Amino acid sequence: MASNEEILAGLAEIVNEETGLATEAVEMDKSFTEDLDIDSISMMTIVVNAEEKFDVKIPDEEVKNLKTVADAVNFIAGAQA
Amino acid sequence: MARKVVITGLGATTPIGGDVPTLWANALKGVSGAHTLPDEWVETYNLPVKFAAKASTPASEVLSRVEMKRMDPSTQFAVVAAREAWKDSGIEEIDHDRLAVAFATGIGGVWTLLDAWDTLKEKGPRRVLPMTVPMLMPNGPAAAVSLDLGARAGAHTPVSACASGTEAMHIGLELIRSGKADVVVCGGAEAAIHPMPMASFAAMQALSKRNDEPERASRPYDIDRDGFVMGEGAGALVLEAEEHAIARGATIYAELAGTSVTADAYHITAPDPQGLGATRALKAAMFDGRIQPEDVVHVNAHATSTPVGDKPEYTALRAALGSHLDNVCVSATKSQMGHLLGASGAVESVLSVLAVYHRKAPVTINLENQDPEIPLDVVTGTPRELPEGSIVVLNNSFGFGGHNAVVAIRSV
Repeated sequence: MASNEEILAGLAEIVNEETGLATEAVEMDKSFTEDLDIDSISMMTIVVNAEEKFDVKIPDEEVKNLKTVADAVNFIAGAQA
Repeated sequence: MARKVVITGLGATTPIGGDVPTLWANALKGVSGAHTLPDEWVETYNLPVKFAAKASTPASEVLSRVEMKRMDPSTQFAVVAAREAWKDSGIEEIDHDRLAVAFATGIGGVWTLLDAWDTLKEKGPRRVLPMTVPMLMPNGPAAAVSLDLGARAGAHTPVSACASGTEAMHIGLELIRSGKADVVVCGGAEAAIHPMPMASFAAMQALSKRNDEPERASRPYDIDRDGFVMGEGAGALVLEAEEHAIARGATIYAELAGTSVTADAYHITAPDPQGLGATRALKAAMFDGRIQPEDVVHVNAHATSTPVGDKPEYTALRAALGSHLDNVCVSATKSQMGHLLGASGAVESVLSVLAVYHRKAPVTINLENQDPEIPLDVVTGTPRELPEGSIVVLNNSFGFGGHNAVVAIRSV
């Protein structure tokens, strides 16, 4: 089980790998689309990579609810519990 | 009177140079870009052909990590070459609605396609990258160049196997002449040094099997030629309406005087032994550019080094140029960089433009015993000086499917 800090750090690495954004830019209150300029295709790649990294399932219908980085971190933390 | 079209920018990434200055220097020197492949898959699949001509500068040295991830290797090469050509043109301000792209490929995103297929089989559908389709589509290079440069007057993708890159020039010329665009970034890209195409081309006996001497394997016109050598890379040219180029004080390399495309309708892969389709293409390009045989001083030949392919091109040149062919020097630059398939016509067009501009024909390597049935004046050893005055250079490309494309470049 990873802590929220560890999930955030891992997610930031995935975002960096996919988009080139600096890991420090991936903060809890940031919106994936509005602040980080991540399109839907990149978002799906990030989701699939996060599933593998954190050994969780993120259903497709859930992805639209992951508006901010905090949404994603909380969902992953919940799915791991 | 149709609008005159000129060439104002050049770009290339090839097995003998990752940019145009390096390519040109090596093309004059005569070097081979073919080497034994270091890749594990050569032995894994026990490929009968164990060498190829890889791009001398990996795209990763030019593009960012994220750009690399989002583009198939063929598109990576296209963007590298197009950026160089665009920078070389010096265009700073342009009406983007009047800027078009015509960027070709022969095979398209074969790496992306087959990597995704492996992923699907090994890891399941969830792991197939969402970007797979936009990366593998054949219009990927044209679309990426359009996106990169903000070209909004259309992004075209001619696909005619090894004639594709030259056909892109034909489309570019027509777009400007017809008034649909003022500037067109043309080119071709290919990245097919992958075990599947290597196996397929070998299976049809199209590739040289000179595994012990890769550097000597591509030998157009030589009596001991035994097939082509796979190459990869891209070439790009900025075509511009003459008045547009003059208005901004551009450096003009040459005029794209005429182009043509014909089809053999003879056989899916074999060239017409009489070269009739190629002859019609040559004559049509010359007619299009109001060119007489006597105007032609040099030909960058298709000349892939296959036993069956090199001779019909000679027959066609003889039919189109008549006795004047004896005064024309010919270069087979695939001897140096191998066959870049859908990119070859673009890279060879870059070399043809430079030949006109510098009045020098690049060299052909590995010609030791010239096939007596192909009595061409082939440039070997040192580059040939081309004459003063108005000159024309022809570039031929032929592709599986019976595609023939010719461009005629004239000095300005």
